[in-house]
Amino acid sequence: MSISDSSLRLHTLLIRPGSRWVSLDLRAIWEYRELLYFLTWRDIKVRYKQTLLGAAWAIIQPLTVMVVFSIFFGLLAKIPSDGLPYPIFAFCALLPWQLFAHALTESSHSLVANEKLITKIYFPRLIIPLSAVLAGLVDFVFAFIVFLGMMVYYGIMPGSAVWALPFFVLLSVMTALGAGLWLSALNVEYRDVRYTVPFITQVWLFISPVAYPTSLVPEPWRFLYSLNPMVGVIEGFRWALLGKVSLPGMPLAVSAGIAMLLLISGLFYFRRMEKTFADVV
Amino acid sequence: MSDVAIRVEGLSKRYRIGQRERYYTLRDTLMNAFKAPFGLFRANGKQSSILQDRDDTIWALKDVSFEVEQGEVVGIIGRNGAGKSTLLKILSRITEPTEGYAEVNGRVGSLLEVGTGFHPELTGRENIYLNGAILGMKKVEIDRRFDEIVAFAEVEKFIDTPVKHYSSGMYLRLAFSVAAHLEPEILLVDEVLAVGDAAFQKKCLGKMGDVAKRGRTVLFVSHNMFAVQGLCQRGLLLESGRIRLDSDAAAVIGTYLHLGVEKGGEVNCNFPEDAPGDERGRLKAVRVVSEWGVTGQIDISKEFSIEIDYWNLKPENRLLVSIHLHNGMGICVMTVSNLPSASLTPDAWYSRYYPIGLFRTACTIPGNLLNDGTYTVSVYVNENNLPRLLDSDNIVFVPHVLSFEVEDTGTMRREYTGKWLGVVRPMLAWQTVQIE
Repeated sequence: MSISDSSLRLHTLLIRPGSRWVSLDLRAIWEYRELLYFLTWRDIKVRYKQTLLGAAWAIIQPLTVMVVFSIFFGLLAKIPSDGLPYPIFAFCALLPWQLFAHALTESSHSLVANEKLITKIYFPRLIIPLSAVLAGLVDFVFAFIVFLGMMVYYGIMPGSAVWALPFFVLLSVMTALGAGLWLSALNVEYRDVRYTVPFITQVWLFISPVAYPTSLVPEPWRFLYSLNPMVGVIEGFRWALLGKVSLPGMPLAVSAGIAMLLLISGLFYFRRMEKTFADVV
Repeated sequence: MSDVAIRVEGLSKRYRIGQRERYYTLRDTLMNAFKAPFGLFRANGKQSSILQDRDDTIWALKDVSFEVEQGEVVGIIGRNGAGKSTLLKILSRITEPTEGYAEVNGRVGSLLEVGTGFHPELTGRENIYLNGAILGMKKVEIDRRFDEIVAFAEVEKFIDTPVKHYSSGMYLRLAFSVAAHLEPEILLVDEVLAVGDAAFQKKCLGKMGDVAKRGRTVLFVSHNMFAVQGLCQRGLLLESGRIRLDSDAAAVIGTYLHLGVEKGGEVNCNFPEDAPGDERGRLKAVRVVSEWGVTGQIDISKEFSIEIDYWNLKPENRLLVSIHLHNGMGICVMTVSNLPSASLTPDAWYSRYYPIGLFRTACTIPGNLLNDGTYTVSVYVNENNLPRLLDSDNIVFVPHVLSFEVEDTGTMRREYTGKWLGVVRPMLAWQTVQIE
């Protein structure tokens, strides 16, 4: 029997009661990157097992919402859509929105759902919400393909701003992960979170410019409105893909700042609570 | 390089009672804050001193210190709740100690359960990779061991079938097989062998023995004294979170079997509401009775009885009484029950409907049957729904409630005076004839 080379040098590990202050220790995540890969892969593989329509759900959901929005908000309520056809205006926002809402929901429940792992084996706990968020990217890719079809249908060509798209994807993932870290850690101790998450996503949808353009919000309120990081993300998506609106400079800067704050505070809170997860979950 | 693999110094772990069972809702916290308005604002760091004063905390582990050298195989034994699992959980970093520290030199693999993270919807192949990654194996390692793992588990034909279609035996074999091919320098194992059939357990035990022989450090928690005896040179006996004895395996096992088990020949529960059982019936007493009366010492050549007193609390109940005897090695020597077909003298109450009341069932064990040594008595009282018997029919189950000593009084020692090997030492009929 041979042992892998890395295990030949002796690791010394000191286990002692932790201090209140924690380091983020992101190197540990890197060491466990294969586990992150396998858990993400598991979430993707398992998600649509034993469903009739399978991965089609990733497309059906945003499409249905788009149709409903187009009829009620676009056709009947005549909500402006920055001069774009309403369906593609709404769908362009639903792309990051669904990614965000899904990632937030999945990551919030992830620790409790993986209770067995947490109480039986050690690994950096961050891997769990992280893999839940990453698994949501697959649905995003499917929906994005449908979106490309719609672009062709409406004859819209993305401008040179499309290069910025990965940045906005990253920003929505960061926002979801930041909120997800807070909620998943809280969920370990307070099961209220289970009931709060659907409520949070619902309210969050209405305070984000998914069904309506940001231009509908009166100028003096714009700054306050932009404190919602999804405002920057959605406006960014419309700017990068549809090209009609101008670069949303101020809201974007504010949103990115808030997203960063949410993520970093979430990381620290998570790391602080992490050591009691196995005792409490 | 020091040759100490694990050094544990003053390790303690405190739990809030019920912490493992319940979770808090935000409302509870708010209510508590309402009751003690300043509690919410107190610095978190001070919480521990508040906890200390309250009596709803327990020390699952208290001031435990020991050292394990590289290559040592140590068995950790103790009754349920003695702190064995907590110790392993701290050493494998699942939970943090409250006080003290542990120093671990080497790559640790912990096996607190087989099949952690197995997903029923995934195939055997997929689960090997997933479970391997969870246990800390690198993908290249799993690739290299893959065929070995599958062969050991004997599931070649079903490797691409979702494991939810596996029989429980196949599932366990695959789960153990992945774990068995983990090759850390220090292995922490908890009760893994308590699952599966005898053949599978034997196979697992063999594999564990191989690991031990290859010079790895192993900490092995088990209730199976036979396994501990077979695998470990050294034993660590935990009692109520403290180390009671740290010695060679045989000595520790011997002490364990005498620990906490009543040796006076009788255990009594005087109050029905506290006694083992439920609303259908409760255990009152168990005793060992020889011709001289209640005793913990039995003459090897004399018959004796085990008496079980119990309350029947449900009218028109039919009951079934069984006894397990375990010897000092933890081997179940016999299971006996008052079934008519398994009785020398049929028990009239076996098929009768019990009214509410106090009953005594006695079983007589003949002399010259058991070998000398220590035995423990485990008692079952079941609702008699035979031929079908479900877990829910079990009213009373008290494992190792009582121990007694079978003493060699020399009746079989006139010609040969050494140790009689074997689980039993019966006197049998012998005859030799000349046939040619």
